[in-house]
Amino acid sequence: MSSTATDPWIRRSANPKLDRIMVSPEGVPLNVTVATAGARAGALTLDILIILGLILGVTLFGLLVLWGFEAAFGGDTSLEESGPLSVVAVFWIIAVFLFRNAYFLYFELGERAATWGKRAVGIRVAARDGGRLTAEAVIARNIIRDIELFLPLVFITSGEAEGTMTDFTAWAGFLWVLMFLLFPLFNKDRLRCGDLIAGTWVIQNVKRNLDGVVAPSAEASTNPAAGQATSRYEFSDSDLSVYGEFELQTLESVLRTGTDEALETVTNSICAKIGWEPGSGDERIFLEAYYTALRAKLESGMRFGKRRKDKYSADI
Amino acid sequence: MASVMTDPDLQQAIETAALKSDRFRLEREADWVRLEEIVTQMEKGKARKLSDEDVLALPTLYRTLLSSLSIARESSLDAGLIDYLEGLALRSYFMVYGTQTSFGRWLKGFFGGGWSQAIREIKLDIWIALFVMIAGTVIGYVLVAGDSDWYYALVPGNFAEVRVPGATEEALRGTLFSTEEQDGLGVFAAYLFSNNAQVAILAFALGFAFAIPSILLLIHNMALLGAMLWVFAQRGLTVEFVGWLSIHGTTELFAILLAGAAGIHVGRSLAFPGAKSHLTAASDAGKRAALVMAGVVIMLICAGLLEGFARQLINNTGGRYLVGGAMLLFWLTYFFVFGRKRAEIAS
Repeated sequence: MSSTATDPWIRRSANPKLDRIMVSPEGVPLNVTVATAGARAGALTLDILIILGLILGVTLFGLLVLWGFEAAFGGDTSLEESGPLSVVAVFWIIAVFLFRNAYFLYFELGERAATWGKRAVGIRVAARDGGRLTAEAVIARNIIRDIELFLPLVFITSGEAEGTMTDFTAWAGFLWVLMFLLFPLFNKDRLRCGDLIAGTWVIQNVKRNLDGVVAPSAEASTNPAAGQATSRYEFSDSDLSVYGEFELQTLESVLRTGTDEALETVTNSICAKIGWEPGSGDERIFLEAYYTALRAKLESGMRFGKRRKDKYSADI
Repeated sequence: MASVMTDPDLQQAIETAALKSDRFRLEREADWVRLEEIVTQMEKGKARKLSDEDVLALPTLYRTLLSSLSIARESSLDAGLIDYLEGLALRSYFMVYGTQTSFGRWLKGFFGGGWSQAIREIKLDIWIALFVMIAGTVIGYVLVAGDSDWYYALVPGNFAEVRVPGATEEALRGTLFSTEEQDGLGVFAAYLFSNNAQVAILAFALGFAFAIPSILLLIHNMALLGAMLWVFAQRGLTVEFVGWLSIHGTTELFAILLAGAAGIHVGRSLAFPGAKSHLTAASDAGKRAALVMAGVVIMLICAGLLEGFARQLINNTGGRYLVGGAMLLFWLTYFFVFGRKRAEIAS
């Protein structure tokens, strides 16, 4: 799997090392970003807290039921072995088993392929080969979680509680946990052992809104009915040959989100570059006109397969 | 989200757009926004509230979007637009190719042959695991027969209160046919299931380390059994002990056998991937083994119920053999005969 983005000089994520390409069954390469180790750790911590919370909730509920029986039928009945105590105990053991094993399964088999913790940090599970995420894969990746996480947790806590823990076993247990916890850091796709066995990986969710057209006022320039004065900006070819795609996209983000001050700064630096005298009060109109003209030039180059990465590359 | 313009406005906007790429975008925007609304609904788990037209339109809209994305990447320099299309393409891709089998349908496929099929596919590993388990039992028996101190090393303390080397025949018989525990049977069964399931999951998961820990775990557990067998054999209770064990043991030991075999299968394909890459071999084996493991948990539920209830309620050796043997026959038929013809026809 190559790590070149389809659009090589658009920076997609904070850490380009995590950008990957997944080819959809239609043959279209889709850009995905592998979830960072920090996001994974955060999601896992949240999930453990949620599971502990659920176990605590069921325990309290069980105690409440017992208390209710005691209040209703007197103190003796609930303590008999075949009485409500054993029913509650059966229920409790099964519930804890399910929380421990089925919590991850249930949520990762859902539409969003993510537990509550993963949803909170914005990541999800996906099949590494671009195919469907199957139930078997989700089962496999979560069964392995048992030796990665729960086994050492149980081992260490029970060892502490019973006092049978020697220094040697404590350290061995600690190393075991460390080996599995740090496993994702030692491969480039951040796979944990379970991901490796199941053929899955964890990637970032993307949710972006569709912004409006970047330079709406420039559109009206060809329409005489709108009567705007944008036509007074005419750029020669040499005015437009100072910048490339990188600068165009910087300009786009300034136009989308920039303050008036930012617009002024950018106007001044563009004017200095192309040898114009910056006017004042008209920055947005000027920048939109320049943006549209520059983009028209670069896009017409694209149609002939010529691209210009930034101002340092050769003009098209 | 951009507000969708009304028709005359849109027409005018398309005509007046200065850039070809903006015209391209304005012409297709309505479809993208519709797809985004469908996908957002599905992500919220409200797929059932979608109208029939929307559901039917989803694949078409998705493919249109992919083609828009391909065109935009090659002809537009609007980074915001491309980011939006990339994100939406990925989101709708996950909806179109997501986990679409409902749990019910998966379960039907699982019991209707998927489980048996997976077990037949790891037959070699089952033989290996069976050999290892028998060897473990023999080792336990021989060790304790040679030096009875081995017993205390093999058997954990809580098992070894009464069942120790040199215990009287009555004491041992008492452990096999006692009726004391009958009251707390439900709790006992649930506890046994939870405990055994964790052991089985462990046996599978440890296969990750080239199957060696799985094999060691199987040997250790079976050596314990062999050691116990020796204790009962010394007092001439072999037949009764095997009966006591077999009522749930045929199911439980079979489940542990399968779990171990699944672990060995994963470990073996990691160590010897054949023509595939290590990663592909591991994930193929992992998915097959996961099916087996889902079944193992179900078998252990049965074993827990048999152990908790049936063993304490059926208090004679003949009845125990009958139940144990019937269970074994049932599992063998289900795994190795059921669904075989259908699989052959399919292949």
